[in-house]
Amino acid sequence: MAKTVTARAVLDRGGLTDEQLVAMLWNMLLQRQIDNRGFQLNRQGKIPFALGSEGHEALQAGAALAFNRGSDVLVPYYRDLGLVLGVGITPLDLLTNMFAREADLSGGRQFPNHYTARAHGVLTISSIIAAHCTHAAGVAYALTYDGKPGRAVLCSTGEGATSQGEWHEALNFAAIHKLPVVFLVQNNGWAISTPQSQQMAIVDVADKAAGYGMPGMICDGTDPVATYRTMKIAMDRARAGGGPTLVEAKCYRFLSHSTDDDDRTYRDQAEIAAQRADDPLPKYERVLLEAGIIDDVGLAAIKAEVLSLTNDATDQAEALPYPSVDDMATHVYDGPYEPWLE
Amino acid sequence: MSGTDIAAERLTNLDAVRAALHEAMVADDKTVILGEDVGARGNVFLITTGFLQEFGARRVIDMPLAEASIVGIAVGMALQGLRPIAEIQFADFIYPAFSQIVGEAAKIRYRSNGEYGCPLVIRTPYGGGVHGALSHSVSIEALFYHVPGLKIVAPTTPYDVKGLLTAAIEDPDPVLFLEHKKTYRSVKGDVPEGRFTIPIGKADVKKAGTQVTVVSYGYNLHQALDAARQLEAEGVSIEVVDLRSIRPMDKTTILTSVRKTRKLLIVHEDNKFGGIGAEISAMVSEEAFFDLDAPIRRLCGPDVPAMGYARPLEDAFMISTERMRIAMRDLARF
Repeated sequence: MAKTVTARAVLDRGGLTDEQLVAMLWNMLLQRQIDNRGFQLNRQGKIPFALGSEGHEALQAGAALAFNRGSDVLVPYYRDLGLVLGVGITPLDLLTNMFAREADLSGGRQFPNHYTARAHGVLTISSIIAAHCTHAAGVAYALTYDGKPGRAVLCSTGEGATSQGEWHEALNFAAIHKLPVVFLVQNNGWAISTPQSQQMAIVDVADKAAGYGMPGMICDGTDPVATYRTMKIAMDRARAGGGPTLVEAKCYRFLSHSTDDDDRTYRDQAEIAAQRADDPLPKYERVLLEAGIIDDVGLAAIKAEVLSLTNDATDQAEALPYPSVDDMATHVYDGPYEPWLE
Repeated sequence: MSGTDIAAERLTNLDAVRAALHEAMVADDKTVILGEDVGARGNVFLITTGFLQEFGARRVIDMPLAEASIVGIAVGMALQGLRPIAEIQFADFIYPAFSQIVGEAAKIRYRSNGEYGCPLVIRTPYGGGVHGALSHSVSIEALFYHVPGLKIVAPTTPYDVKGLLTAAIEDPDPVLFLEHKKTYRSVKGDVPEGRFTIPIGKADVKKAGTQVTVVSYGYNLHQALDAARQLEAEGVSIEVVDLRSIRPMDKTTILTSVRKTRKLLIVHEDNKFGGIGAEISAMVSEEAFFDLDAPIRRLCGPDVPAMGYARPLEDAFMISTERMRIAMRDLARF
């Protein structure tokens, strides 16, 4: 995997237009801004919890571009800010979710970063690691139930999830039935405090694909174009009836697991500093600048716009009301429900 | 069980399950059955014999031997518009799927604020008295009835089994459908022809009486009816309420009966501690304490980890009809 960006690599744009290349940068900058906002709001005591995707921006912006809005289905995990932004969830949706307001897509019920958005093809998820992977396989089964190809499922996890039995069961079933699903593993090397070496005895998660009889692909998750190209191949194959793919995007988690975690208790801070050299954001900025696709003025304008969007979303979300306690027992079942309340 | 003038056929509980499944498969081509050995083998009890040939492998899916994914994949299918009927081969094997049932299926409507529903049936044979030993005999209802968002049904007559399974399949929410395996072939009854439903959440007074209310379900229900009929000869009048649905629970029918007889005996095969009887007992104590003329009594399985394989161990776990009769008589005389 190339660690330095060369001029030649810049020209290899994966078939993307200038607008698409800039859109990915825009998504990446917005991710980082919203991430930072979450941590700021938590430290200000305004929200109980936040969780960041810092270091995952490039791969999520790239993967989202391989997703067909309006027909594909996204089954994300909780560190997928850029993916959900990339399929249509708005900054206001995300901030409303952080503030747990009534207008939140889950009505203020779900933890931050646990999205539900049927209109954008986003399934509902819990915090149970890999529990959504079997759902993704079931959705994929249903998508081709009528025998027509053309739609695919994008199921996302971290590398820790690949230790779960349900992850294995999902890939196994998907391969048996040649289902249109791509299992994207965002390998950032850490599952809270547990390094990959304690999670598995192999270096590449993609090697696990062989055990299921599906292709395993690896891409540089710090490069949005590389991730897009890999995901495009996998998603196109799924849509064409070619079956599932396991894609491993290698990246790094720069932040603690969440605002409730302190990685200084388990991670050598020198490791983070070293990985900063590969920070996907400045790296991709340089790529676009050197290729002449944006200039400094354009970049500054995007950053200003992203900050303004985040500020506006923060103010708007904060001003919204909490959900009413009177609605606590709604949507337990379809139709009326009389809980045994005291 | 209500009488009917409609043409009826005599079915076992097993026949009733098969009939409800078959009619559902014919009625809606979005209905799929998935489980271990449900296809070529036709289920280990031969419930789905012929389904694979009739409906095809796309709709009758022999699943890999992994219960968590049987339910998890069914959840995904349900979220995307199919109507899955998942089978757990024996209730004892449901533990790997606990996370999917409790953490996922039961909470999907709530956590998505109504945006997604999870219309899913999980059928499974439960219960002992069939020489099934530790891992083919368990009752699992108490492990799940604590969970709002889930419905649990445990009917035990062919009429109820067919009507409630059809209702479960049509229900927009996840339903755990429990089939007592000792009643599969031993219990027969008249069932009207054609598709019909019985509402989930309604108990049924299977025998009217005046002196003691017995609330039960499953195989025990039939024994309780036998014991009650025997006591009629002694002039003891017992009312037998078939719970049928465990969640939601029919408070009204239970309380109406208890307020009439003023005495309550709860009988279930599952062990006593934290069982269904504990909730019924607590509810009646809260709602009708001053209507009671005797302490509430529970007759349940013993508080041991499992039913042993050796015949004396199994017999000691199962509640005999004789013990029920004695308990009913004692309570009537209290």
